[in-house]
This record gives sequence, C-alpha cells and structure tokens, in this order.
Amino acid sequence: MTSTLTISHLTKAFGGVKALSDVSLCVEPGERVALLGHNGAGKSTLMKVILGLITPDGGEISVCGAAPGKAQARSQVAYLPENAAFHSALTGLEQITYYMRLRHENPSGAMDLLDRVGLAHAAKRRIGTYSKGMRQRVGLAQALIGHPSLLVLDEPTSGLDPVSRRDFYELLDGLAADGAAILLSSHALTEVEARTDRLLILSGGQMVAEGTLPELRREAALPISMQITALNGYDTDIMAALPDAIRLNGALHLTCEQDEKLATLARISALQDKVADLDVILPSLEDIYSHFSRRDGQ
Amino acid sequence: MIARILATAVTETHIARRNRWVLIAVLLMVVFSLVLSAAGSAPTGALGTDRLSVAVASLTSLSVYLVPLVALLMSFDAVAGEVERGTLPLLLTYPVARWEVLAGKLLAHTAILIVAIVAGYGAAAAVTIAADPAAVSGLGALWRLTWTSFLLGATFLGIGYALSSLARRVSGAAGLAIGLWLGLVVLYDLGLLAAVVADDGGTFTTNIFPGALLANPADAFRLFNLTASQATAAASGVGAAAATIPLWQSLFSILVWPFASLGLAALAFRKVEP
Repeated sequence: MTSTLTISHLTKAFGGVKALSDVSLCVEPGERVALLGHNGAGKSTLMKVILGLITPDGGEISVCGAAPGKAQARSQVAYLPENAAFHSALTGLEQITYYMRLRHENPSGAMDLLDRVGLAHAAKRRIGTYSKGMRQRVGLAQALIGHPSLLVLDEPTSGLDPVSRRDFYELLDGLAADGAAILLSSHALTEVEARTDRLLILSGGQMVAEGTLPELRREAALPISMQITALNGYDTDIMAALPDAIRLNGALHLTCEQDEKLATLARISALQDKVADLDVILPSLEDIYSHFSRRDGQ
Repeated sequence: MIARILATAVTETHIARRNRWVLIAVLLMVVFSLVLSAAGSAPTGALGTDRLSVAVASLTSLSVYLVPLVALLMSFDAVAGEVERGTLPLLLTYPVARWEVLAGKLLAHTAILIVAIVAGYGAAAAVTIAADPAAVSGLGALWRLTWTSFLLGATFLGIGYALSSLARRVSGAAGLAIGLWLGLVVLYDLGLLAAVVADDGGTFTTNIFPGALLANPADAFRLFNLTASQATAAASGVGAAAATIPLWQSLFSILVWPFASLGLAALAFRKVEP
C-alpha cells in the first residue's frame, strides 16, 4: 500500500531562520499520526507546506500521489486551521454550502454535516454570533466534506470541551477506519496518547523522535520512579536496605533505569513484610516529550 | 470552474447584502442621480439639446467620482480582509484557483454595481422623461453612459483587489484605496489643469496632456461620454480642454482598462503568501 503522505528531507527557511530542516515522514492510509512540538517548533509550517500554502526550499513531498497544492492533491486533502476563522456575516449553513460547492459536493448535505458536529440548531445563525468552540466545529464540519484521503488538523481540539473532544476523536476513528490518513498537531498530550497510532516530535524545525508511545518510551529510557509506603516504624530498615531511596512527604522514593526495573522490584519484594504499599510510576508522555524536545539544546 | 466561480459569487453577494453594501451603493447612486438631474434641468433652453442629454452630462461628472468610490469601497477588503480574518489559508487549500476566487468576487461586486448604476440612472431618466417626453431622444447617450459606467466600475474593482492584495492589511488597503481615489479622480485633473495653464499652449498641452488624460481610466470615461454626446459645452474644465482627442482613443482606453486592472489584481493576488 502506498503512503498517503510522504515527505523526505524537507527544508524551509524564513529569512535565514531555519523553520524546518531535513524533515522526513510518511503517513499511511488509515493511520492517525500526532505531531507534537512546542510553539515555534515548525508544526504549522510543516502543515502549510503539506497543503501547498508555502513552497519549501528543498526536499520532496508527495500528497496523495501529487505535488502539494496541485489540484489533485487539494481535492483529496482537508485542512482544519488552528483557530478556524470564517466570515462573521455568513451563517454556518451558508459557509458549509459554499465549501461543499467548491469541492463539487451536493450542498443539500450541508445540514447533515452540521448535525454531525452538533451545530444543526445554530446552522442559520451568523458565525459572528458563534462561540469559539462552535467556530471550531464549523471548521471540523468543513474538514469532513467529501471523503478526504488526508486530513491535516492543526490543534483541532483547542476550544472544545471534554465531551466534544471525545466526540471529535470518535469522528476521527471513523474516518481512519474508512482509510483516511490523519495528521494532527496538539498540545494535549494525554489525549493524543490514547487516540493516535504514532507520534512525531518536532523541535527547532527538526524531527527529533518518531514512533509509537512504547517505542518512544524505550528510546527515551527515562528512569522509572517507585514510591514505597513503609509499615509503621520500618522506614529506617528500608532506607538501610535501599540506600538510593530518599524520604519525601512521608513516603520513600526510588528511581531506577528501565533495565534495572525487575531487579529493583525484586529487592523491594524481599522487604515485603516491612512494606505497606508500592506504586510504580512510569515516565509520563509529558516527560518523554520534554526529553525529546530538549535534546536539541532547547 | 464555472460552478466554483458562481459559488464564490453567491457567497460574496450574501456578505455584501449583510454588510449593507448593496443598499449603500443603490442609495448613493439613486440620491445623487436624482439631485443632479433635478439641478441639471434648468439650463436646457440655452444649450438647445434635450433634457436627458444634459442630465447625462451631469451624471457623467457624478459617476466619475461616485462609481470608482463605490467600487473601491466594495473591493478594498476583498483580499486583505481574508488575510486579516485568517480565512484565506483555508480557502486556498480548497480545489479552487486563485483567479477563480477573484472572478467570483468580481462577478458579485460587478452585479451590485450594475444594480446601483441602473437604479440611479434609471431614476434620473424616469424623472427627466416624465418632466419632458421629448427627452427620450437622449436615451442613446444614457445607454452609452450606463455600459461605460460598468466598465469604469470593473476597472476600479480590479484596482481595489490589486491594492487589497498588495496591502495585506485592511487598514492599509483602505488607506491606499482612498489615496488612489483622491489621486486618480480628484488631484490628477487638478494637476493636469495646472500644468496646462502653466504651459500655456506649449508642448505639454499638445503632446503629453492628451496621453495623460487617456492613461487615467476616470478621465478616459469622462472624455468618451462627453465627446460622444457632444456635450462638452455642458461640462467644464478638463472635458472641455480635451475636446480634440478622437473618440476611438478614449473608447480604447475604457475597454482596455478593466482587463489591465484585473490582470494586475490577479498578479498581485498570486504573490500573497497566506
């Protein structure tokens, strides 16, 4: 199966400042890929290059088998910009009708589309009266027009409440199951963790990490933290047995490398008559993310 | 292609209607046309032409100011507004060419201008003919004024889109549009007149002045209408001073300008990086 999106050795500079350097990636049909990185890491630039809005300085890109921005690519790519904006004088229905006509879709389906994103009740009101979350839903509705092969979503859930976010990811799951490739950027790491197949981390315009969460966790090899609650009075015995442990807020803390995990657990279980409880705290997605995005001296 | 242009035109019409541009344009044209035709009906006897031809001469002077103004007011926001609102990047990811977007906007804005112009001139004609049925003989001049006004409007719509693309900010585009209107429609003539007076029949008046008039779409429009209806006597200033320029030259200018300005607009819009 050929990739929906293939990028190799992409470079783009703005006035001498490198926004993207040597970025390579691919997204397969049906795959949901999250693009992470802090503000200015190059996420939006990368998306605009994929959409053909910005011309890259170097590298090769293929979007649905065509060059980005070509009519063939544009007819198969949907985009949801960060802070989706629309003309405030138009109603939601008029705006979606317009976009459907541009995609040669029958505009009679506009109401259904608005209903899918929960906006049917406000369809005939001007977008100027909408809340930020409602505007974001108009943006989402337009991204669902037709059957796009690739969805490029720039922070799609910003401005959505938790329930709407869940609905949104359910929509995405449906699209991916139908074979659409999805590339989305987000700051909400925990939500991306559960809802995407693969993560890409951009930092300073470079792709610093790529893989599934377990792969990244292994690669980062961040220490595992363990929190031991001692039975009354046995603190000192445990401290003596585990000299690396430190006392914090009435509990004992111990960190170890990934490959020492089982050995450390064995040492703790040897003390089981003195231990009331044990929590193993894996490095969070935030920790892994900071690890990779700081690696380049950020 | 046609479907996408029409879709854009429909959307732009919705926007113009909600923003009251349709109403403002029609009201402006109707009120000013009626006032001018009422005021211009007095000197009929002295000139020996029908009332409508005199009204057309007055309307020509009015349209030189008003049609470019309305066209620029409708168009200055066209690209800069999309950039500033942040709606342009999304629009350009759709399978629609940039020139199709401009063509759609042009279609909607021209249609609104046509409605306003027809309403204004129509009201003036109706009032004039009602007062003097013999004025029907001036309908030819009115029709000439009407279609040249459409072309003048299209020219300034194109100029407005070009400025809007170059400025990329609504405030900047508005400033440029007003500045250009003042320059082309008001100051240009004053400057030429001053130069003609200072030159006193020298090389400027005979060689450069006619070309300078033809180069300005507003002047070419006035020149064509006044020369064609031989109503230069009813007009003063530049119109009278340039009576020697052949008709085909001013016609050529008003026919070429819409294409030139729209071509310019398309070029400028292509350079806008969202």
